[in-house]
Formats: sequence, C-alpha cells, structure tokens
Amino acid sequence: MSSLPPQFVLLFGALLIPFLKGKVKLGYMLALPLVAFYSYLQMEVGTYWTMKVLDFELVFGRADKLSLIFVNIFIVVTFIATIFNLKCNNNLEYFAGFLYAGCATGMVLAGDLITMFIFWETLTLGAFLLVLARRTPAAMGAAFRYALVHVVGGLILFAGIVLHIRATGSTDFTHIGLSDLSSYLIFIGFGLNCAWPILHAWLPDAYPEATIGGVVFMATFTTKGAVYALMRGYGGEPSLLWIGMAMATFPIFYAVLENDLRKVLAYSLINQVGFMVVGIGVGTDMSMNGAAAHVYCHILYKALLFMSMGAVMYQTGKIKATELGGLFRSMPFTAICCMIGAASISAFPLFSGFVSKSMVMTAAAEEHYTLIWLALLFASAGVFHHAGIKIPFFAFFSHDSGIRVKEAPVNMRIAMGMAAFLCIFIGIFPHQTIYPMLPFGEVTYVPYTFAHVNGQFMLLVFSALAFTLMLMSGIYPAEIRAINLDADWLYRGPSRIGYAFFDKVLNGVNALAHKFLVTGFTQSVSRFAQEGPTILLAWILTPVWELSGTSKEQQAKLRADLRENAQNGVFPIGITACLSVVLLGILFFF
Amino acid sequence: MEAPSGDTTRDRIALEEDMQDKHPEKLPKNVKRIVYGLFAICVAVVLLDFLFILDTFDKHALYEWENWPGFYAVYGFVACVLLVLISKYILRPLIKRDEDYYE
Repeated sequence: MSSLPPQFVLLFGALLIPFLKGKVKLGYMLALPLVAFYSYLQMEVGTYWTMKVLDFELVFGRADKLSLIFVNIFIVVTFIATIFNLKCNNNLEYFAGFLYAGCATGMVLAGDLITMFIFWETLTLGAFLLVLARRTPAAMGAAFRYALVHVVGGLILFAGIVLHIRATGSTDFTHIGLSDLSSYLIFIGFGLNCAWPILHAWLPDAYPEATIGGVVFMATFTTKGAVYALMRGYGGEPSLLWIGMAMATFPIFYAVLENDLRKVLAYSLINQVGFMVVGIGVGTDMSMNGAAAHVYCHILYKALLFMSMGAVMYQTGKIKATELGGLFRSMPFTAICCMIGAASISAFPLFSGFVSKSMVMTAAAEEHYTLIWLALLFASAGVFHHAGIKIPFFAFFSHDSGIRVKEAPVNMRIAMGMAAFLCIFIGIFPHQTIYPMLPFGEVTYVPYTFAHVNGQFMLLVFSALAFTLMLMSGIYPAEIRAINLDADWLYRGPSRIGYAFFDKVLNGVNALAHKFLVTGFTQSVSRFAQEGPTILLAWILTPVWELSGTSKEQQAKLRADLRENAQNGVFPIGITACLSVVLLGILFFF
Repeated sequence: MEAPSGDTTRDRIALEEDMQDKHPEKLPKNVKRIVYGLFAICVAVVLLDFLFILDTFDKHALYEWENWPGFYAVYGFVACVLLVLISKYILRPLIKRDEDYYE
C-alpha cells in the first residue's frame, strides 16, 4: 500500500506552485503528476486512508479496479495537460488545474458519500477558476453561470445524500439504485455533472470560454467523474439507456450548425458521454467494461482534439470556423494530431475509439436494445461527420483564410504527440493496454474481426461521401456567425425578465424605503434633536418678550441668537448656571 | 454590422468558390484526387461486403440486417444526409440568433 495518497499529492502540491519561479516551477509542475502516478502504481486493491470525523468514517482510499482505472487516466491526462499548459504563465490556471485534478482523483477514490461530496463540490471550484482565468467579460459571465448551475446541482446532491444517510444509516458509497426520493435526488445531482439533456447547457456554455489549457482539464474531469459516480451507484439502471441515447444523438445536430470549433467539441463531448451512459444503463459486465474503456479512450482523444484546437487558437487567436481554414501548411503537426484525434473519436479501426465504442454497441445489441443500437449507430456516423470531418476540415483545409502562423510551441507539440501516440497505441493493442484494466471481469471481446472492421469502415466512408457530396452540391449549411439557442436559454433568457422584474419591484421598494425612512423619518428625528430645545425655548420666551415689550425685529434677532447659541451649545454662563439651579431644584423637590 | 474580416458574406463567397456547385472535374487537382480516391474506397468496401454472401466468413451478426450487403454504407449515408437536412432546415431556423443575443 502506498503511503502517499495521489489526490493529496496533487491538491497540496498545487498550493506551492504560486511561490515558485522559473525553471524550478516548471520542473515542479511536471514532477507532481509523476509523483502522483508513482503513488498510484503503489496502490493495492483495498480500503485504506480512513479518518474518523464526528460519527462518520471518511474513506479516502477505496481502491478497486473501477476506481483505479479512473485514477490512472486522470493522472495521465493531468501530466499531458500540464505539459500543454506549461507556458501559460498564469498561477491561477496552474493552481486551478491541479486543484481540479486532485479533487477528481479524490472523488473517485472516496469510499463514502461525505468524502465524495466534498471532493465533488471542490472540483467545481477548479473548473470555475479555469473559466475565470481567461479574464474576458464573456468568460466571467460563463464562469458565474457555471458556478450557479453547479451549486444548484450540488445542493440537490447534498439533499439526496443527507436523506440517504438518514434512511440507510450508512455513509458508504455503493450501489444506490432508483428507489426513494433520496436516490432520485442523488441521481439528478450526478446527472447534472454528467450533462444530461436539458441539464447539459452549462457545458457548451462554459467550455468554449475556458482558457486554452484549462478546457483540457475540464473536458476530462467533471463529466467523467459523474460517469464514475453513475457506474458506482446506478449500474444497470434502465432509464440511463434513454438518457444516454438522447445524449448521443441530440448534440450532433447542434454540432453541425455551430461555428465555434471548441463548442463543436463540447457538443461532441456530450455525444460521447452518451455512449458511456448507455453502457451503464445496459448494465452487463461487457457494457460496463465498454463504458469504462470508452472513458479511458475518450479522455485521451478529447484532450487531443481540445489541445489541437487550443494550439490553433494560441497561434492565430481565432477559433471560429468562419475565420479559420487552410492552416495545414502552417501547422502540419497540429493538423496531423487533430486528425488522429478525429479518427479516434470517429472510431476508425486502429484508433482507440474503435476498441471501446464497439463494446458498448455490441453489449446493447446482445441485450436486444434495438432502438438504442440504431440510435448509437446514427450517432457514430454523426460524430464522424461533425467532429471527425468538420473540425479538421474547417480549421486546416476548406478555403484558405490567409492566416500564416508558425507551428505550435514545442511543449504543446509534445503534449499532443503523447496523446496522439496513446490513441493509436491503445487502438492497435487494446488487449495489452486497457482491456486488462477494465473493472468488470475478464474481457473476451475481440474488436478486430473482418466483418466489424469492414462494417465500421463502410459506415465512416459513406458518411464522408455524404459530407463531400453535400458540400459540393451546396446543401451543407454554411457556417454562420450566430449563436444557437440551447437549454441555457431557460435561465439566461427569462432571467432578463426576472432581472427587469426585480429591478422594478425591489428597487422600487428600496426607493420608497429611502424616501420615507432614510430621508423622511430619520431626518425629522435628527432635526428634532438639533432644534427641538431651541424651538421649545423660543415658545417659552415669546410671551416673556411680548410682556417686556420687545419689538418684533428684536424678537426675531433674539430668536436667531438663541438658535445659534443652542446649535453651537454655547449659552452665557449665567443662563447655564441658572438653568442648572432650576434643574437641581426640580430634582430636589420632586 | 459585421466586422470586415471573416464575416458571413466572405464565408459564403469562399465556400462557393471552393466547393459549391462544382462538378468533380472542375475541382483543383489535389482535391480532385482526394474526391476520386474517396469514391474508389466507397466502391471497394461495398464490394468487400458482398464477400459475406459467399458464407466463407462469419459475420457475427447480432441483427438480421447486418447481413444485408452494404447495410452500414446505406445507413451511414442516409444518417448523415438526414442529420444535415434536419439541422439546416428544422433546427437552425428555430435556434439561430444574433451573436449578441444575450448581451
């Protein structure tokens, strides 16, 4: 057993980053994931790193095959993303990245619901900071929307966890299954982070606004952490089949229309997570293994695609399809890496997606979920269409945008090269790489049969044919500078009506209160305190003056003097003494 | 309204110049080679699929229609055409807004 929990290596390691400088800092940041990976390698299956707080036992190290495969890929991609992001020179971004990675690792290793929840919520903070770190007004808005949506999701999850612990008396995080209210609340809490339809809008809203390196972390941890939680808590839950099917299909329509290429990737991310959710929903060993394998492959190729688009953005400052094109000659290495990522996400034979996605689909077919299978096949063709062809085509080929830039910096190329290598290596040698790591029993699935390879190849080349023919005939929709409404309209659109409502009503109440309380009531009290005695004195003295025959003008002058004296607090000593005697007399006699 | 560079008009023109309404013969030479290459591969894979009729290979099919020669080809092609048509003619008119809609 390792004595060094990898999640704390990353979490506490992150705290030191802002204090280091120059090469030491870069070396330190590269060392952190390596140390974390070393401690991962030392980890054995079992439950350890426990701590008793109040009546609860917090478990920081529940290591079984399911959590370990997630820890493995989380640390691997942290290393790659750190290399990619090495030169961003933004302490907030460095810190947030490691915080995020540490929390994600801690979350999958958590053995009880309380520990899981703490890491789950802190994870959101990391993502929030990575969007905020871009420091543009649009990013600020997206970051706060992201935070608000996830706070709501977190509260729902928290309510579910509290109810669940009350009902069962146990904090263990094991299979939950849908039964009572608490299980539904936890289900929805997980689902929000998993980007289920309608709950998904935070993802395409925030990811394209994140920093160039930050989005690589974001594409890895939040949704896949939720996939882990669903695998642990809701494996074999039939409703996940339909949720997953919707996730796999609807985003591709958006992706076809979207102009911002990172947003296209955000939609295709939901599409890919849909395959995993279907895998969890089918619930057989093979489908769950397929989902886990797909997590592993997906994280790598999605990171690779986001990195290649990040490199384009870093070099050109542009990310919209309408503004890019023809970059192949300027950035050939990035273009090739992007195409490897595209081939992997499209599940081309010999690339990683092929050996994982087909496990989920075969498992669904074996359980006779025909409609689901047909939908996933549609989604497979669609993903090649929008992510596999559209991304590389509009960035690197298409019409020449006239942009001439240098190839991406060397650290970015190394990071992309590593991810690209892993995509191909896993694709060619699945039995030597990911299949032995899969959590649910021995993998007997053989992806490379002649029929399967040829079938998949047919599906893909005819998708490409459709793309080419539609482009040539002018049917393919031109990329337009526009935004496409999504479910975030539900809180962004009416929120303006809400804003106007609150502006009128609450600010109205405020103005009224100001008028009557602040300027009206308080001022009269203060006026009374200031001038009350003078007015009183003048009232008492007026009859005296009248009787002593003082003229009106003199009275006015006396009154003004009196007022001035009272306000300044200066009365002739005689009067003060006289009044004191009167006061003492009153006190003495009464 | 739009910035002079990278606007819709320029993009439309560029797309038209590049690809639209072009017979393969009129394409630039290297693009033409790729397009014809794709046609050739399409034909080749469908022909390969007909090998399975000969019963020499087991297709491990879980559904009857997987045994139909060219099933995946037709499905992939139709899926993509539907995807684009639905996106373009149904979804886009519903959801398209100006870029500053939320501002």
